[in-house]
Amino acid sequence: MKKLFYFATALIAFQSCSDTSNTKLPILGNREPVERIVDGKTVIDTVYQTISAFSYLNQDSLPVTDQDFDGKIYVADFFFTSCNTICPIMQRNLLDVYKKFKGNPKVKLLSHSIDVKYDLPSRLKTYASKLGLEGNQWEFVHGSRDSIFNIAAKNYLVSAFEDSSDPQGLVHQGWFILIDTKKQLRGAYDGTKAEQVKQLMEDMEKLLIEEADEEK
Amino acid sequence: MKRNKLVYAILLFLSITLCVQSCQNENSINYKRYYVNGKGLYEKHCQGCHGADGEGLGTLYPPLTDSNYLKLNRNKLAFMIKNGQNEEIRINNIVFQGQMPGNNSLPDIDVAQIIVLVASVKKTPYTMTIKIF
Repeated sequence: MKKLFYFATALIAFQSCSDTSNTKLPILGNREPVERIVDGKTVIDTVYQTISAFSYLNQDSLPVTDQDFDGKIYVADFFFTSCNTICPIMQRNLLDVYKKFKGNPKVKLLSHSIDVKYDLPSRLKTYASKLGLEGNQWEFVHGSRDSIFNIAAKNYLVSAFEDSSDPQGLVHQGWFILIDTKKQLRGAYDGTKAEQVKQLMEDMEKLLIEEADEEK
Repeated sequence: MKRNKLVYAILLFLSITLCVQSCQNENSINYKRYYVNGKGLYEKHCQGCHGADGEGLGTLYPPLTDSNYLKLNRNKLAFMIKNGQNEEIRINNIVFQGQMPGNNSLPDIDVAQIIVLVASVKKTPYTMTIKIF
């Protein structure tokens, strides 16, 4: 009887462990219900917020659009090259993420520059090569003022704006946003905190497994 | 009598060493005070770019591990921390070209404490580069 009891508790313990590791990442952002008629019955579906189409220039002055991220998961952030407050910390952490997933064709990184006046592709190229980056797995993009600030606020839900009272004239948050292959928001992590960046890397692996399962 | 002399000599020796010891202790306490304050200041003002261990970041931000550079430019360090610098510099034999912002609002004592911390950063072993033609 006692043995059975031990066995049962052990089983429950193991069960609960495997349960937590199997939980899917939540889908973040705004959502709206949509009514559909399936087999004569009204069904309510949830439509999740997705990243809308975009087109920017990357560090090689080549166009980068949302289509370059089709079938991939990616991490997006907002920064500028001359920023000396949180950006160096963020990009140092994102470099760790890059090194971990380097060469993985399913993973990309996307850094938007919010300094639309000075961060032209040539300057982004210098920045990227000084970080020791080659290729375009990690895209640094330059876009028009409206498109960058709009996509930050409306799609990635990251606050970024120009502020003349700030010493550098630009204010932004340090979030890393994780996007899945359906362009849905799956996670937001403080890019200046090492433990949250570690969580991001764990969640990216989880998401990659989820995407691979769905492909089957 | 002879034994008493020996005891006095030992006591004298002990008291002298104790004095010297306490002097050193005060110095090291001062050093530690500068070091601890310097660490806090470093984390606040420097670590973002130069890294937790002074390792720098790529060729964007130079590491603080070049003992040779630090030795040769010892007199400029305080000025650099306070007023920034944008000259091309060579650290560990790698050229860095960028702009370091100044920290004009830092009091002199803070600058001194930061320099104590920077001096304590583990340095890369010095390697001599010899060009052979």
